[in-house]
Amino acid sequence: MAFFALPLAGLVRLASWSTLLTDLGSPEALDALRLSLICSLGATVLSVALGLPLAWTLARVSFPGKGFVRALVLLPLVLPPVVGGVALLAAFSRRGLIGGPLFDATSDGGLLAWLPGGPMQFTFSTTGVILAETFVALPFFVITVEAALRSMDQRYEDVAATLGAGRWLTFRRVTVPLVLPSLVAGAVLAWARALGEFGATITFAGNIAGRTQTLPLGVYLLLESRPEVAVALSLVLLAVSLTVIVALRDRWLERA
Amino acid sequence: MGSRNRLVHPVRLVLAALALTALGAACGTSTGTTAAPSASATAVGPTDASAPRGPTGAVTGSITVSAAASLTEPFTSIGEGFRAANPDVEVTFTFDSSGTLARQILAGAPSDVFAAADEASMATLTGEDLIAGSPAVFARNQLTIVVKQGNPANITGLADLASAGTISLCGSQVPCGRYADQVLAAADVAIPADSITRGQNVKATLAAVADGDADAGIVYVTDVTGDKVEAVAIPDADNAVATYPIGVLTNSADRSTAEAFVAFVIGPQGRATLEAGGFLPPG
Repeated sequence: MAFFALPLAGLVRLASWSTLLTDLGSPEALDALRLSLICSLGATVLSVALGLPLAWTLARVSFPGKGFVRALVLLPLVLPPVVGGVALLAAFSRRGLIGGPLFDATSDGGLLAWLPGGPMQFTFSTTGVILAETFVALPFFVITVEAALRSMDQRYEDVAATLGAGRWLTFRRVTVPLVLPSLVAGAVLAWARALGEFGATITFAGNIAGRTQTLPLGVYLLLESRPEVAVALSLVLLAVSLTVIVALRDRWLERA
Repeated sequence: MGSRNRLVHPVRLVLAALALTALGAACGTSTGTTAAPSASATAVGPTDASAPRGPTGAVTGSITVSAAASLTEPFTSIGEGFRAANPDVEVTFTFDSSGTLARQILAGAPSDVFAAADEASMATLTGEDLIAGSPAVFARNQLTIVVKQGNPANITGLADLASAGTISLCGSQVPCGRYADQVLAAADVAIPADSITRGQNVKATLAAVADGDADAGIVYVTDVTGDKVEAVAIPDADNAVATYPIGVLTNSADRSTAEAFVAFVIGPQGRATLEAGGFLPPG
């Protein structure tokens, strides 16, 4: 227990409490806070939107190669984040598998040049941050919700079917309410993971103040120039993490 | 069913062990990599009591050298040369931005030699009396604009950087970032803040151009190697000169070996390796 408590206690001790609010009010800190909030929430929404159908398919449908698909979805859990960033570059950079054709198509003279917003580029953009954070956060959501879907009593769904409810109605009014606690827990976990993401973000989206420099990236760069601001930001992250864990204790930690 | 259970467990164990090893190897990598002693040194191995000692001057011992990221290639070669001249010595390198290394040393990281890319990083250590004697400048370097091979964005000079898209610079507390900011300010080129991506050391900054989508960057002349990038020169009049000091740390566990290494870097072999890598003489 001391192994966990000591570093956190050290961080609290290191903080410059008298200047805490001014440190947090500095432009770099505010930018990083704002960006982290927007991107982590965006990544959570995307994780839920993509993860819910995925989790449902993995829990309910059997198809050839299902084990492989599940392994793929859970891969970012074990993949070192920087490696994830490199993989994202390979797929979505201007020379990437998908990013390349997309960029060329939306540039002048391309098939999709009529789309507003100019050439489509994911790297060095806030969208890129959301993409990178979703990549690492999605598996957390999927793993939580899939487990809940598997362990819920499917007889309720069967009864709904016998009463004439279609698949979508059953999903909306029977399945989702039954797994809602796990849905929320999964979303919160995904959000916390997205908030703390560093390696994939800095590799894929770069480190642009105000555009892609989220809290963890800000802390890293500020450690040398303004360490007191770095510590203040670290405290914010620490407070957020503690809140998440306290809020989830009934759902995730004790239930598991 | 019972025999199936027995078969599964050893397989799971092996898979878990493999996964853990892979995880451990992956977790072991970081931006400041430690280069292990070269194969030739490990082949020599522990000193054989009956092996002849080298001529007076050959050192034994084991040291850690913390060097700026831009010194990765020349110092790795210098390390090999040092080991060739002193077969029983062991040299371990840690390469990262000078500021990060200085911070680690201030926090107590065990190191014997510190080679920085600017005087300011060295000053943070001399100010705390962590450097034995006074540091010696052993090389100088200059900055250059780096672009992707073929210069697709057609960049001809500093002025083009203001509108060339995303520019990769080192963090403003990293020596090459400080120099780059100086050069841009002196040339009156203002790159919009949302077009600058800051790298944590010069190698990461270079990678953003070489492997990433950055349109151009500013790194040291010596960093532009390989076939993914090419250099666009900055005229001498606008350029900054980076001075590289080296010093032995007062907390070094093996002062004599550390001093021998510094002497090697400053000596003819070290200087030749550095100049071959594109560094300027200390002058």
